[in-house]
Amino acid sequence: MNYFVIGYYTLLIGASCLAAYYQARTAFLLLFSLTLGSFIMGIIGGEPALWFVTVSAGVIALAAGTSYAFREFLVIILPDEMSRNVKGAPLTASFGLFVVMTYAIAGLFAPVIAPFGEAEVISTAFAPADAQMLLGADQLGRDMFSRIIYGARNSVGLALLATAIAFFFGAVAGLIAATKGGWFDQAMGRVVDVVMSIPSIIFALLLLSIFGTSTTTLVIVIGVIYSPRVFRLSRAVAGNIVVMDYIEAAKLRGEGTWYLIRKEILPNSTAPLIAEFGLEFSFVFLLVAGLSFLGLGIQPPTADWGSMVRENATLVSFGEITPLIPAGAIALLTVAVNFIVDWMLYRSSGLKE
Amino acid sequence: MSDTENSDKRELLLEIQDLRIEGYADDKWVEIVHGVNLELHRGEILGLIGESGAGKSTIGLAAMGYTRDGCRISGGSIDFEGMDLTTANQDELASLRGAKIAYVAQSAAASFNPAHRLIDQHTEAPVQYRIKKRLESQEDAMELYHRLRLPNPKEIGFRYPHQVSGGQLQRAMTAMAMACRPDLIIFDEPTTALDVTTQIEVLAAIRDIVDQFNTAAIYITHDLAVVAQMADKIKVMLRGEEVEEAETIKMLEDPEEDYTKSLWSVRSYKRRQKYRPQGDAVPVVSVQNIDAAYGDVKVLENVSFDIHAGMTVAVVGESGSGKSTAARCITGLLPPTAGRILFNGEALPSSYKARSRDQLRQAQMIYQMADTALNPKVRISEIIGRPAHFYRGLRGAKLKKRVDELLDLIELEPRDFYNRYPTELSGGQKQRIGIARALAANPSFIICDEVTSALDQLVAEGILKLLDRLQKEFNLAYMFITHDLATVRSIADEVVVMKEGRIVEQGPKDEMFTPPHHPYTDLLLSSVPEMDPEWLTTVLEERGVDNIGEAALKKQ
Repeated sequence: MNYFVIGYYTLLIGASCLAAYYQARTAFLLLFSLTLGSFIMGIIGGEPALWFVTVSAGVIALAAGTSYAFREFLVIILPDEMSRNVKGAPLTASFGLFVVMTYAIAGLFAPVIAPFGEAEVISTAFAPADAQMLLGADQLGRDMFSRIIYGARNSVGLALLATAIAFFFGAVAGLIAATKGGWFDQAMGRVVDVVMSIPSIIFALLLLSIFGTSTTTLVIVIGVIYSPRVFRLSRAVAGNIVVMDYIEAAKLRGEGTWYLIRKEILPNSTAPLIAEFGLEFSFVFLLVAGLSFLGLGIQPPTADWGSMVRENATLVSFGEITPLIPAGAIALLTVAVNFIVDWMLYRSSGLKE
Repeated sequence: MSDTENSDKRELLLEIQDLRIEGYADDKWVEIVHGVNLELHRGEILGLIGESGAGKSTIGLAAMGYTRDGCRISGGSIDFEGMDLTTANQDELASLRGAKIAYVAQSAAASFNPAHRLIDQHTEAPVQYRIKKRLESQEDAMELYHRLRLPNPKEIGFRYPHQVSGGQLQRAMTAMAMACRPDLIIFDEPTTALDVTTQIEVLAAIRDIVDQFNTAAIYITHDLAVVAQMADKIKVMLRGEEVEEAETIKMLEDPEEDYTKSLWSVRSYKRRQKYRPQGDAVPVVSVQNIDAAYGDVKVLENVSFDIHAGMTVAVVGESGSGKSTAARCITGLLPPTAGRILFNGEALPSSYKARSRDQLRQAQMIYQMADTALNPKVRISEIIGRPAHFYRGLRGAKLKKRVDELLDLIELEPRDFYNRYPTELSGGQKQRIGIARALAANPSFIICDEVTSALDQLVAEGILKLLDRLQKEFNLAYMFITHDLATVRSIADEVVVMKEGRIVEQGPKDEMFTPPHHPYTDLLLSSVPEMDPEWLTTVLEERGVDNIGEAALKKQ
C-alpha cells in the first residue's frame, strides 16, 4: 500500500457516496462499479493497472474539458444561426470538430509548423527522440514529427480530393437518375451494381497496377470506386423528394431537369448528403492509407501516414511505439469525423431526446 | 333540470383542474394549454372541439397522464378515480392505460401494426394485464366485432390490417379499445380520415357500444356536426383555453361566446349560383369520353364533363372514385387511354411533356396538402416569383412588384412574407401561397384538389371566399375536387358525382340538390352529418342499422 493506492480508493468511494447522497443515479452507478472493478483489477494487475485507469480517466476528462471549452468558444465566435446549432451539439461532436480543426491547421501550415522538411535526412536511422526531434527519426533518419505534420497535408488532402470527385459524379448521376427515371436510371443502376460487386481494395490494386501510381490516377481510381455508393444514396434521398407535390407543380410548369435538381431537390437533400460526405471521407481516407501501406498509394519520399506505418513497422518488435503514432493519427481522424457525422445524421433525422 | 341532477348523482370519473401544459420550442418552454378544467362522469361523453393547435389532442392525451415528446405538464391536477395522474409514476400509469383508459387514434391504418393480425393486437392488452386468458379474450373480441356490426365477426379478426377497409379498421380499433372494458375512452378524431358514407357507420357503432357498456368518453374532433351526434356536453377550445362548455343542445341552439357563434355560422356561407352561358359558348375545358388506367387497372371509364369560364364545377365522390385521376388526366400527368381533352375548343396533347409552355400556363393546380405542395427550402418570393419569371420573363423590380401584387391579392402583407419560408407559415397561409403560385401564371383554369379538407372550418371558409373573389376578378374556371358536400353546397355551380371511375350523375347544383336523385347521390347526401343532434338517430331509423356504410354501397 502506498499513498497512490490509498488516495485512489478514497477518492472513488468518497465520490460514490457523494453521488448516492445527491441521488445522481447514473453517476453513482458508474463510480461505484468502477470502484468494484478497481478492486479486482488491483488484485490482478497491481498498482500499474490502477495507474492505467487513472491515466485513462484523466485523458477522457481532458478531452471532455477541451471539447466543452471548444464548443463554448465556437458558440461565441460563430454567427447567430450557426452558433445556435453548435450550442445543441453533444461533446463528442465538438471533440470531432476540434480534432478536424487541428488537422486542418496542421495540414495548411505544415511548412511553418514542421521543424524540418518531409524528405530531409537529418539523423541516423531510428534515432531516439531528443530535444530536436520530438518523436525520433524514421528508418532513413528523417524527423518523424515533421513527417506526421506533412502527412496531414498529403494523406488528408488526397482523401478529400478523391471524396469530392466521387461525390460530384455520384451525386449528379444519382439526382438525374431519380428525376428522370426510365432507362437512364436503369442503365446507371446496373453500371453501379457492376462496380459495387467488385471488392474495392482489389479493384483499386488492379486499376493502379494497370495505370501506374501517379497521384492523379490514384484520385481518379478512388473517385470511380466510391462514386457508386454516393449514387445509391443520392438516388434514394432524391427518390423521396421527387414524389412531392411541389416537384409535380414544377414539372407541370414545364421546368427542365436541371432546374428541378438544382432548385427543388438539392436544397432538400443537403443534410443527408453532407453527412454521407463525412462518412465516405473516412472510408476513402482508410483506403488511401491501406494502399499506401501496400506500396501503391502515395509514393516516397512524400510523407504519408499509411506508408509511414509500413516503413517503421520493424520498430514494433523492439517495443517502440513510433509506428503506432501515424496509425493513431489515422484512427483519431476517422473517429473524429464519425462523431461529427453522427451528430449531423441525428440532426437531419429530426429525432429529439 | 332532471338531466343535470342525474349527472350530479353519477359518480365522478375524471376531474382535471387548472391543467397547464408546456411545449419545448426554440430552447425554451412555452405554455400551450393555459389552465383548463374538466369534469367527466361515468357513462358521459364529452365533445372537445376547436381548431388545430387549440390543444384538444394535448388535453386528450393528458387525460391518460401522457404528454407528447417535447411537452410536459407544468401545473394543475388530473384526478382519475382518486389517483392524481400528474404525480403517478410510470408503472402506475402503465397499469391504467389500456386497462382503465383507452385511446382511439385518428388513423387506424397507421396505428395498427401491419405485421400482426387484428385479433392478436386486440388480445394483447387483456392478456398483458391478466384480465382474460387469450382464448377468452378472442371470443370476447368476436363478440365485440359482432356488436360493432363488422362483417364476419368470427373471422375478420384473423386478417391483417391491410386486408380490411378503413371504416372496418376504425371499428376494429374501437373494439380493441373496449377489450379491457375501460372506464374511459379517448377518441381522437376517429372519423376524420373516412368518407361520409363510412363515417356514419363508425359513428353509429361507437355510439352504441359506448352506450352499452356505460363507458365515459372524450370525443375530440373539429367537425361540429359529428360532435353534435355523439356528445352529452361540448367544450369549445381556442388556443389552449376553454371558450365555453355546455350541454349539447344548449350549445348548438344558444352559444354564448362570439367565437362559438362564428364556428357555428361557417356552414352557412353560400355563394350565388351561376349558370352556363346561353348559345354555343366554347367551354374552357371539355373532357370527352376519357378512359384511364394505372398499368392494367382501369380507373376511369367514359368520363365526360365541361367547365365553362367563370364557373365552378365540383367533382364529388368517395376516395377511390377517380376524381383526382380525372384531374391528373387533364393536367397531362396521366395520359388517358381513350378520349380527348379540349382546351378552349382545341385538343390538348395527352402528356404534359408534349404541351406548349402557354398550354401549361393556362391550367394550374392547387393541392390538398400545402405542406407537400410548397418546397420547404425555398423562400415565398421565389415560390410565387418563379412562375411569373418562367412564363413572362419578369425579373428585378418588375418581378418584385408582381410578387407584391400577388401577395396583396391573397391578403398577405408582402413585407412580412416576402422573405419567409413555408415552414414558418400556418396551414391557411400556406394554402394561400399555393393559390398565389397558381395565379402567378395568369391561368384561365384552376384545379382545386381538396384544397380545404386539411384546414379548420374558419380558415377553410376564408380560402373559399378568397377563391370566389379571385374567380370574379379574373373570370377563372375552377374544377373543385372534394368529398365534402357542405363545401359543394356553398360554392359550386355545377356538380359531377363520380363512383368507381364513372360519372353517376351531373348537372347544375340546384337540380342536383333537389330530389329526385340518383340513389348514389342520395346516399352521399343523406350521409353528411347535420347539426341536429337527432340526425344520426333519424337516419338510422330511416335506413335501418344494417343499411348504412359499406352495406348500403354494395346495394347500389
